[in-house]
Amino acid sequence: MTVANKRTTTAFYTTVFGVTAAAVVAFLVVAALVVAGLVWQTNKVLSEQVLRTLSSEAQVLSATEATGGLDAITRAINVRSELNQSNLYYLTDATGSKLAGNLSRLPSELADGMTGGVFDYTSNGKKGGSERIAAGLPVRLSGGGLLIVARDIEDQRALAGRIRILALIGFGCLGVGGLVLGLVIGKSVLSRVEGMRQASRAIMAGDLAQRLPRSHTGDELDRLAESFNTMLSRIEQLMTGFREVSDNIAHDLKTPLNRLRNRAEATLRDATTSQELQDGLGQTIEAADEIIKTFDALLLIARLEAGAVSSTLEPVDIGALIRDAVELYEPVADDAGLALTSKVEHDVKLNANRRLVAQAIANLIDNAIKYSSRRSRVDGDNRLAGHVEVNVRRCGGNRVEISVSDDGPGIEAVDRQRVVERFVRLEESRTAPGTGLGLSLVSAVARLHGGAIRLEDNKPGLRAVVDLPAGP
Amino acid sequence: MRVLIIEDDSEAASFLVKALKESGHSADWAEDGETGLEMAREGGYDVLIVDRMLPKLDGLTIIKTLREEGKQTPVLVLSALGAVDDRIKGLKAGGDDYLTKPYAYAELLARVEALSRRTVPEEQVTRYAVADLVLDRLSHRVTRGGEAIQLQPREYRLLEYLMKHAGQVVTRTMLLENVWDYHFDPQTNVIDVHVSRLRAKIDKSFDRPLLHTVRGAGYVIRDGSE
Repeated sequence: MTVANKRTTTAFYTTVFGVTAAAVVAFLVVAALVVAGLVWQTNKVLSEQVLRTLSSEAQVLSATEATGGLDAITRAINVRSELNQSNLYYLTDATGSKLAGNLSRLPSELADGMTGGVFDYTSNGKKGGSERIAAGLPVRLSGGGLLIVARDIEDQRALAGRIRILALIGFGCLGVGGLVLGLVIGKSVLSRVEGMRQASRAIMAGDLAQRLPRSHTGDELDRLAESFNTMLSRIEQLMTGFREVSDNIAHDLKTPLNRLRNRAEATLRDATTSQELQDGLGQTIEAADEIIKTFDALLLIARLEAGAVSSTLEPVDIGALIRDAVELYEPVADDAGLALTSKVEHDVKLNANRRLVAQAIANLIDNAIKYSSRRSRVDGDNRLAGHVEVNVRRCGGNRVEISVSDDGPGIEAVDRQRVVERFVRLEESRTAPGTGLGLSLVSAVARLHGGAIRLEDNKPGLRAVVDLPAGP
Repeated sequence: MRVLIIEDDSEAASFLVKALKESGHSADWAEDGETGLEMAREGGYDVLIVDRMLPKLDGLTIIKTLREEGKQTPVLVLSALGAVDDRIKGLKAGGDDYLTKPYAYAELLARVEALSRRTVPEEQVTRYAVADLVLDRLSHRVTRGGEAIQLQPREYRLLEYLMKHAGQVVTRTMLLENVWDYHFDPQTNVIDVHVSRLRAKIDKSFDRPLLHTVRGAGYVIRDGSE
C-alpha cells in the first residue's frame, strides 16, 4: 500500500471524518423523514382533491340517472369517458351486469359499493394495456344500479416516484459529498498531525532542536502546536543546562579522580622507601578529599534546589554574621595583600538559615580574596594592594542587600550570568583551587530564601550582590 | 578508652576497630541496632560511635533510648547524610558530635578522643596550663613564662579550645565548628592562617614550641615535640 493510500485509509479513523460521517447520517435520516412526510402529505391532499371531484361528479351523474334513467347516465358516461382518458367509469344495472364505462371490470376494492378507494386497473386506451392506478368512488343509483366514478392517478404516483428518485439522488450526493469532504479534511488534519508525530519522534530520538510544524492560522491545532513548542523550548533550555552541568560535573569530578589515580599509580611504581610511599598515599588521600568536597557541595546544592532545608529558618543578626566572617577571613585577606573591611547598616535582621547564609557570605568573601589576590601578587610585594568590602544595607521596605566587592580583575559582562550556574568556571580560573560551586551555592541559598544573586561591575573588580527578604 | 562501634558496614567497622586499637584504644563492634543497644546498655564504654542507618534499629533511636534510660555515654553520630538538617536531628536526638561519611580517620579519632574527655565538667576549670603557657579563664589573660601575651578575642578562644584539648589532636573542622561555629568547609585554609598567627604570638619568641601541626590531621598543643 502506498503512503497516500495508507493515509486515506487512516483518514477514515480521524475524528473529523467520524464527526462528518455522523453528521451526514443524522442529516440523511432527518431529510428522509421530512421528504417522506412531504410526499405522504402531498399524496393525501391530491387524493382528497380527487375524491372531492369524484364525489361531485358522482352526484351529477346520480342526478342524471334519477331524472333520465339508465339511458341518460349511460350516454353521459360514454361522452365523459371519451372526453378524458383519465376519467374512468363502470356502470351496472341492478342485476350487476355492465351497462357502460371504460373500466374493463368492477374493481374488487370497490365492489361493496360503500366506500371509495384506490385500485389497480388495466388501461385499454391509446396507451395500450398497462397496469395503472386509480382512485374511485362507488355510487348506488336510485334504480338499483352501481356506478363507479374513478380517476386515473397514475401521474400522481409517478410524481411521487420522481420526488423519491430526486430525493435519493440528492441524498446520495449529499452523503457521498459529505463523506468525501470529511475524508479530505480528515486527511489534511491527519497530514498535519503526521507532521507533528514525525517532529515528536525526532524529538524523542534526541533532536531537541525540532519543533512541531505550525500552520499559523491560529486554529486549535496551531495553538496546541504553539504551546507545545514553547514547552519544547523550555525543555531544550533545561536539557542544555543539564548537559552543561553534567559535562562540568564530569570534568570537575574526573579531573581530581584522574589525579588521584595518577598519584596512586605513581606511588605504586616509583616509591621505594616507606617515606615516599607515605607521601604518595598522603597525596592520594588529599585528592580523595578534594573529590569529597566537590561531591558534598553538589549534594548541598541539589538539596537546596529541592527546597529540602527550608524548615530551619530563624532570626539572624546579619551584622554579627558578617563580623564573624570578616574576622575569619581577615588574616587570609591580609596574607593575599588585601584589606578586608565591612560596612553594615545598623540593626538589619534576616529570617534565614543562619548556617547557610554564613556559608554563602563566606563563599563570596573567599571568591573575592581568591580572585583579586593574584593581582596584588603580580604587583609584587606591595602590601594591601587591594581591597575587599562587605556591605549590608536595607533596600526598599523589606529587602536586604549583602554585597561583596573587590577590585580584582572582575568578570566580563557576558560571563557574569554564566558563572552563577553550577560548575561554571571561567577558563582563566580553572587552575585556581575550589570546586567551582561557590557561586552556584550562593545562588541556591539566595533562591531558597526567596532572594537572588547578581554580579555587577565594581569598576574595577566585581561586586556580588545577594538580595534577600528582610526578617521580622 | 573503650569504644563501641555500631555500624552495619563490616569493612568500615573492621577498619575502625583496627585503627582504634592501633591508636591504643579498645574497640567493640555491633553489626545491627538491637545488638548495639544491648552492648551499649551493658557496657562501660567511654564513647559510642553510632551509624545513623542501621538494620533492626536506627542510630537515632538507639541514642534516644539510651538517653531516656539515663545513660550519658558520649555518642559520635556517623552518617552519609551531611545536610544541615540531618546534623541538627542527630544532635537533637542526644548525639554529642556528628561526622559525615566519608571521613578521615584522623578526624574521627580526634573527635572520639575529644568526646571521651568530656566527663570533666569543664565549666569548673578556671585555668589551663601547658608547660609555661597559662590561660586564665576568669581574667581572660594569657601568659607564657609569666610574660603577658595580647590576644584578639578569637585568638583567645582558639587557644582556649586547643588548651582544653591539650595533648590531643584537634582538626581544622573541629576548630571551625567549635571556635567559629561554622559547619561547612571554607575553601581556603583560613584556619591555618589563624593558627599560624596564634603560633607567632605564643611560640615565636620562645625556645620550645608548644603548638604543633600534625600532618594530615590538624593541630595539637602539648609540652615537648615528640
